[in-house]
Amino acid sequence: MAAPFSWIKPDPHGIYVEPADAWVDPSKPVALALVTHGHADHARGGHGETVATPETLAIMELRYRTGAEDDAGEIPHRAIPVEYGETIRLKGGVDATYIPAGHVLGSAQILLEHAGERIICTGDYKRRADPTCPPFEVTPCDIFITEATFGLPLFTHPPIADEMAKLLDRLAAHPDRCVLVGAYALGKAQRVIAELRAAGHVAPIYLHGAMEKMCRLYEEHGVELGELRLVSDAKKDDMRGQIVISPSSALNDRWSRRLPDPITAMASGWMRVRQRARQRNVELPLVISDHADWGELTRTIQEVNAQENWITHGREDALLRWCQLHQRRARALAMVGYEDEDD
Amino acid sequence: MEEFAALIDALVYTRSRNEKLRLIAEYLRATPDPDRGWALAALSDGLDFPAVKSSTIRNLLKDRIDPVLWTLSRDFVGDTAETASLLWPAPEHPPSPPGVSETVELLGAMNRKSVLADLPRLLDRLDPSGRYALLKLATGGMRIGVSSRLAKTAFAQAFDVEIDDVEEYWHGLQPPFPELFAWAAHGEDPPDTENLPTFRPFMLAHPLDETVVDLADYAAEWKWDGIRVQLVRAGGGGDAQTRLYSRSGDDISATFPELLDVLPVNAVLDGELLVRGVHQGGEEGGAASFNALQQRLGRKTVSKKMLAEAPAFVRLYDVLILEGEDLRKLPWTERRARLESLIDRLPDSHFDLSKVVEARDFDHLGEIRGGSRDEAIEGLMLKRKDSPYIAGRRVGYWYKWKRDPLLVDCVLMYAQRGSGKRSSFYSDYTFGCWDGDPDQGAELLPVGKAYSGFTDEELKKLDRHVRQRTVNRFGPVRETDRSLVFEVAFDSVHESKRHKSGLAMRFPRIHRIRWDKPPHEADRIAALRALIQD
Repeated sequence: MAAPFSWIKPDPHGIYVEPADAWVDPSKPVALALVTHGHADHARGGHGETVATPETLAIMELRYRTGAEDDAGEIPHRAIPVEYGETIRLKGGVDATYIPAGHVLGSAQILLEHAGERIICTGDYKRRADPTCPPFEVTPCDIFITEATFGLPLFTHPPIADEMAKLLDRLAAHPDRCVLVGAYALGKAQRVIAELRAAGHVAPIYLHGAMEKMCRLYEEHGVELGELRLVSDAKKDDMRGQIVISPSSALNDRWSRRLPDPITAMASGWMRVRQRARQRNVELPLVISDHADWGELTRTIQEVNAQENWITHGREDALLRWCQLHQRRARALAMVGYEDEDD
Repeated sequence: MEEFAALIDALVYTRSRNEKLRLIAEYLRATPDPDRGWALAALSDGLDFPAVKSSTIRNLLKDRIDPVLWTLSRDFVGDTAETASLLWPAPEHPPSPPGVSETVELLGAMNRKSVLADLPRLLDRLDPSGRYALLKLATGGMRIGVSSRLAKTAFAQAFDVEIDDVEEYWHGLQPPFPELFAWAAHGEDPPDTENLPTFRPFMLAHPLDETVVDLADYAAEWKWDGIRVQLVRAGGGGDAQTRLYSRSGDDISATFPELLDVLPVNAVLDGELLVRGVHQGGEEGGAASFNALQQRLGRKTVSKKMLAEAPAFVRLYDVLILEGEDLRKLPWTERRARLESLIDRLPDSHFDLSKVVEARDFDHLGEIRGGSRDEAIEGLMLKRKDSPYIAGRRVGYWYKWKRDPLLVDCVLMYAQRGSGKRSSFYSDYTFGCWDGDPDQGAELLPVGKAYSGFTDEELKKLDRHVRQRTVNRFGPVRETDRSLVFEVAFDSVHESKRHKSGLAMRFPRIHRIRWDKPPHEADRIAALRALIQD
């Protein structure tokens, strides 16, 4: 009989599931990829077969077919959809179950079962409520493979309602300017829009062209975003007193010259640190993240209560230290290619 | 404390000077005495609480959270006060937050022992922004891009009073400045500052440009390449105090302590601060180049070694007030005569006189200017002989006639985005010269960087050029295809290890954009090196 858990092999390019010859979120092209969610660093193109939720597959298809994203990927050769809660049997006696991760539309934890052993790969996740996707489900397992993007005790994401109030207050104080919010084009932008709607903001929201198709995709999947307009179709004066959303890369770009005296905001967990906000020339930092903060990471490790915790990417040193202090077995995996600058 | 913390946060995220002024002025108008006075002190000169040190904060935190997690967090944030403000384990039901005055009072009452119990009690009463403001206030350095001068300007703006008056009354008053607020905000009599070493605004000069002046009416002096300073001594007998101010009115006394006990009379003197060093050539030497002076600027404390190697002295231009007599309304010739007789009473170790340059006529003066090779000379000053000493820049009284800049043709190599309103434009340019014959495979080596000298229209064209001609990107920097020539103007060139070319320019700016010139006709490193003056 094989040694416990010898069927799963962490590799710099992803988690390799040997009996199934499958990879979780591989950063290189493989024959069979199990993809947790649609962010480009986890969902690369060029694989033979891709197993993911229907939403994630739709996101991948949109990104790689339209060329809207600056990514080298291609359309998956064969897309295999798996609904939340559904289990798919892979070769070599491996079962894969997709469980909500609460990160973005379609995001899933992948539960892998083989020879009576259970391993969960979280991909990216958060524990806060998000109107654009179902919440993270705590699922018992033997090995819990977690992210650690915000794995430092200083990261506490404030309630999102507070950040929305900050944004709307600033908007009301400057009726002749606009507030330009830099937000990740997949997930963060739609969540901010949905939260603004929940806060009672009914005015049209103006979008950078790179946001449009993803917002439409969210709407097709039942996420209501209200009236959206394109900046390219608008006159400068129409946007006074309005909210504009763009990728953060466009915040200080010449694209923003067409806006009426924008107040630069950015929606990101990194905005908790003043110097990070200053480096990006941000005047209105909004601490909004789709990743678990320190409290969520440590609470999740306790609730899942796995025998062992593996940490994929982020600030793994501190989370490793926390596990050590709390007598929990943990190891850091050296993974390449997972980016988190704009989250 | 909440309003003060909100102000600090807003200032951290604001780059525009006008917006900073507006924020501070609004706070000063809306906040009651004496809170606003303490806030003004914190923003301008800083408050000193000896019991609270960065190490105190660190130790308090390491008692409360794991030291390894503390260190990892501190390294990530890069600032002890901010890290502590984020990591402080706040009680579930915090007691009501303190006001600014109460905070200052409590901080002032702490000693090295009591701080360990009292500072935590204060931190418990605040949210993260409040804790940040508290710790910044307690450790003295706000570092939020607000200078003392800016805070005073905001005060003047808040109450619609003259900044020159604020400067004049400021010094010698103690936080929370009740006299200052009584005067500016409540319309009472201004504070009495006759015996205080206060700053008087400088008289400034216009560029001469095409103007020709008659030397019968104007006197000429060298314009020295140091920093313009005002040295002030005031007060009676044993209470006399001396202060040194920069051109902006900031108190830089601590940076040049050797000048604080050498003035034997009460006076307000205008001059150029220089450091002694290797004689740079020319008749008027004795001062090192600006490079040497730069080593001493911006320091809060000065080492003995530095004082010995690069001692400062003041080359005097003018006298504003002498032994209680205000000379500012007198003509320049009379002030000059008073200065010339005063210089005999001053120690020549720390003072000399900026000599008047004699010339037959304007053309002759031009020749003298052209022949000046002393590195400590920036050009000439022309002062109308009947000019009073008036704050600011008045047409017709004083002119500056800088040395002609040196010029070389360089090739644009890299461009970086600017900041503020230029943040979407590639406006900072690095350019280079050839290290040999470009037709024989020579390479371009960077020799300098400039971000001025062009119009807004030209900036748009340059921005377009950079975007279209990018061959490489390194973060915020773009490398261009090296097809554009700049005629670069600069004041001087020095040996430097900072650039691969071994040369560094002083005050480089874009003189002309040579859209027409092929890059292989740009200058070589050797041509630039030949312009070094020793």
